Amino acid sequence: MKSILFNRLTKLLTGIGRRMIERIWRLGAGARLFFLTIVYSGESFKRFHLTLREVYFTGVMSLLIIIVSAFFVGMVLGLQGYNTLQKYGSSEAIGVLVALSLVRELGPVVTALLFAGRAGTAITAEIGLMKTTEQLSAMEMMAVNPIARVVAPRFWAGVISMPVLAALFSMVGVLGGYIVAVPLIGVDDGAFWSQMQANVDVREDIINGVIKSVVFGVACTMIALFEGFDAPPTAEGVSHATTRTVVISSLTVLGLDFVLTSFMITV
Amino acid sequence: MDRTTIDLWVGVFVALGVAALLGLAMKVGNLTSSKIGDTYSVSAAFENIGGLKPNAPVKSAGVVVGRVADIRFDPKLYEAVVTIKIDERYEFPKDTFANIYTAGLLGEQYVGLEAGGEDEVLKNGDKITQTQDAVVLEKMISQFLYNKASETNSEDGTKDSKSGTQSSEKKSGGATSTELGDAPF
Repeated sequence: MKSILFNRLTKLLTGIGRRMIERIWRLGAGARLFFLTIVYSGESFKRFHLTLREVYFTGVMSLLIIIVSAFFVGMVLGLQGYNTLQKYGSSEAIGVLVALSLVRELGPVVTALLFAGRAGTAITAEIGLMKTTEQLSAMEMMAVNPIARVVAPRFWAGVISMPVLAALFSMVGVLGGYIVAVPLIGVDDGAFWSQMQANVDVREDIINGVIKSVVFGVACTMIALFEGFDAPPTAEGVSHATTRTVVISSLTVLGLDFVLTSFMITV
Repeated sequence: MDRTTIDLWVGVFVALGVAALLGLAMKVGNLTSSKIGDTYSVSAAFENIGGLKPNAPVKSAGVVVGRVADIRFDPKLYEAVVTIKIDERYEFPKDTFANIYTAGLLGEQYVGLEAGGEDEVLKNGDKITQTQDAVVLEKMISQFLYNKASETNSEDGTKDSKSGTQSSEKKSGGATSTELGDAPF
């Protein structure tokens, strides 16, 4: 009786220990891949069309989902914000509410989450499948560095695409909020924009949003690349890696968002 | 896919992003509104500035004519010294009055300038001598409560000594009537 309990306890503890070691190993391996990507990224700028091609697949192809969801997010913000603000007789502040929440938080964060789902999974699956079909080993055989040829262009494409998509998200979201607030509800057009302009600071709000989106771009792309690069070369392994990309990217984005916000907001 | 098509689409994509960023800065942010041309700075001392912050607007007749550049504490006079930058296009007389107002009941605070009547105008580095402090809501409320309390106290007093107040009322009434009676008409 006693020994069974003891065995279970040790199993539990060893399980925790094994997982912990694996997590730390993955963190270290990811950091190593990140470092190697930076070191070997010279070629992705020398042969810039490689990076451009990836910008097309990660950025341009994500345009539709980003614009449509931004529009709806903006419209919902307009409706919900108006509903609460009109109770306090300050429905003109709707512009400020929509703009600040989009520029500071929702723009970068929701874009990063959508990006992880739309582009991150594609990157992981592509690289995982390249590994499964031994294309990466073939490259190494031909003395082509797979990190310089495959990983670095995708990394820089993600870093370039992310701020662009986030800026578009914020702008389209503001337009969505405008459409709900001004023509549909009837908030004054001038008050909507002037209150917004009076309360949104370029350096404090907009530039900080861009900084956030760049950081999220680095994090999301790097996680997707690492999961693909690290995936076991089986169909199951690639599918697990794709799932992990979405889960880890989302958690990382939300956690990083808190850290960045706490740095940016000086109380 | 053709390389030129990809280039074209990526170009459109990046251009859209730059346009969105510019649109955010211009239309949503305060890049356009915070631009005031050449300025001259003037200082004003207040005993209490309330919640005034740097970069708050300086308004005259409701029009933004400048911004608050700097707020310092004067350790000798225990005053707040507010440096404001006024657009060079606008000149104000030397005896201009500087107030700290609140936009709305609980809105942000700004400096309001009321022009005086002197011929000489304020120049760079001058000091506005006539100032009025910010209205601190707590002070007003405590004053109001104090007044209320003293009122209720006197009311209680009247209730306690009914006969006395009645007589005094009669007296006062009598006094007014006599006053009226004494009046020359």
